[in-house]
Amino acid sequence: MINYDNLLCEKIKEVKPSGIRKFFDIAAEMEDVISLSVGEPDFKTPWHVRQTAIDSLQKGRTCYSPNSGFSILREEIAKYYKRRFNCDYDPLHEVLVTVGGSEAIDLTMRVLLNPGDEVLIPEPSFVCYKPIAQLSNAIPVAVETREEDGFKLNPEILKAAITPKTKLLVLPYPNNPTGAVMRRADLEAIADVIRGTDILVLSDEIYGELTYGEERHVSFADIDGMHERTVVVGGFSKSYAMTGWRLGYALAPAPICAAMTKLHQFAIMCAPTTAQYAAIEALKNGDPDIDEMRSEYDMRRRLVVNGFRSLGFNCFEPEGAFYIFPSIKHTGMTSTEFCEKLLRSKHVAVVPGNSFGDSGEGFIRVSYSYSIKHITEALERIKNFISEELGL
Amino acid sequence: MNKILKLLNENPRLTNDQLAAMLGLDEKEVARAIAEYESEGVIGGYRAIVDWDKVDDCDKVTAMIELRVTPQRDKGFDGIAEEICAFPEVESVYLMSGGYDFNVCVTGRNFQEIALFVASRISTLDCVQSTTTHFLLKRYKDSGIMLSESEDDERGNYTL
Repeated sequence: MINYDNLLCEKIKEVKPSGIRKFFDIAAEMEDVISLSVGEPDFKTPWHVRQTAIDSLQKGRTCYSPNSGFSILREEIAKYYKRRFNCDYDPLHEVLVTVGGSEAIDLTMRVLLNPGDEVLIPEPSFVCYKPIAQLSNAIPVAVETREEDGFKLNPEILKAAITPKTKLLVLPYPNNPTGAVMRRADLEAIADVIRGTDILVLSDEIYGELTYGEERHVSFADIDGMHERTVVVGGFSKSYAMTGWRLGYALAPAPICAAMTKLHQFAIMCAPTTAQYAAIEALKNGDPDIDEMRSEYDMRRRLVVNGFRSLGFNCFEPEGAFYIFPSIKHTGMTSTEFCEKLLRSKHVAVVPGNSFGDSGEGFIRVSYSYSIKHITEALERIKNFISEELGL
Repeated sequence: MNKILKLLNENPRLTNDQLAAMLGLDEKEVARAIAEYESEGVIGGYRAIVDWDKVDDCDKVTAMIELRVTPQRDKGFDGIAEEICAFPEVESVYLMSGGYDFNVCVTGRNFQEIALFVASRISTLDCVQSTTTHFLLKRYKDSGIMLSESEDDERGNYTL
């Protein structure tokens, strides 16, 4: 018998499997579960985008594309980032089309990190940064973000976390799971901390379009002097409701982009071409779709924040993505206890905050990427849970 | 304020508090606006969309009737419509462009009942030239609501 434990590489064995699996397995077994737990849009990809993909298939356009993506797509991505976020990128040398934002994150870390390099990861945040850093033989360092700061990255806490080994700072804003955004002034303060160092930044702006309020999303690359040290990760999943198409991109200074393209070329070859054709259409004619979906999310956001607050939850105002991150500390339960109890007694699934890092303990992530009817039904059940189970 | 109408049209059970939160308005403003819509007849009522086919022991047949009429002096189409609306069997009455004048939706317990109603009450009106009765066989979508089968949420928790 082969002992596979001896054969798998040490690094992959170090990576912990997602602890939340067990929880979702319980939910999957139950009937009548109403979930506020998924991390993807409930909208369908706009029809004109799907139609373009269908057309491309009908015409038999089923070959590889250039490694870095169709040049017209790279041009449209550059135009889009200029149009929406005022950043200039050269489509020929600074844009790489990837398999989702996820691949762009993976490539960024793999081409930048040497063994022993430290990667600063604000927490709570999306779960992929840490394992990818580990697999690059680097050292992930969690940087706590706090409710009292609106879960923004605090420049003082950042400063304290920087060491001579710090190589890369991840800026995951708008943030999953907290819904926090970094406004221009917040980003300026971060820029002031790292200006004059050699620290590079991975700005994961996958939720950039889902920023609410008067002010739009600000890209870290638009902050004075930051363009040269920033890799922007973007994609189509959240903004155009295209999660399953697996298409994203990286915008990076030419030497970094070239290194990423080299790795991408050997590991992936090219992003799926059907998705690339669809993405060209999305960028050319999809701005109104984005705006429509955003205004729909915004109404749901207010509905669900208002709902949790009126049930006595302390819930900071999330300004981005499609999550709220209310505190459950007043219930006296841990995040996991709260979520398991809510699931078992009312069949409502939300995600324990500690799944996103230790500083998420005491909170839950609630997704509002659901219909209004679905959300109001879930709120009703949570209301009953609070009064029946907790007597609050 | 149109946004209130749009939201209520899709989700009539939203409370004033919820509507106010969603639209960034004061709860009182919402209550006032809705009261105004109701008194002006902009909001005509609130009702459940029922798929009667799924209700046991409920015999209900629906028919769409195309009516051609001769508009009457003084009263025009409106007078005729008023007369037709008065029958309790009649669910809705629309004046149409195109091949016929009125579309009348009628419900009854069975086919015979509707046929009899059309023959004895509608066709006999002076202004009615002709009627064509279409019986409804299956409802897929009603007032924007899918009735046949609800679409499953195929999203899973594949990633956080």
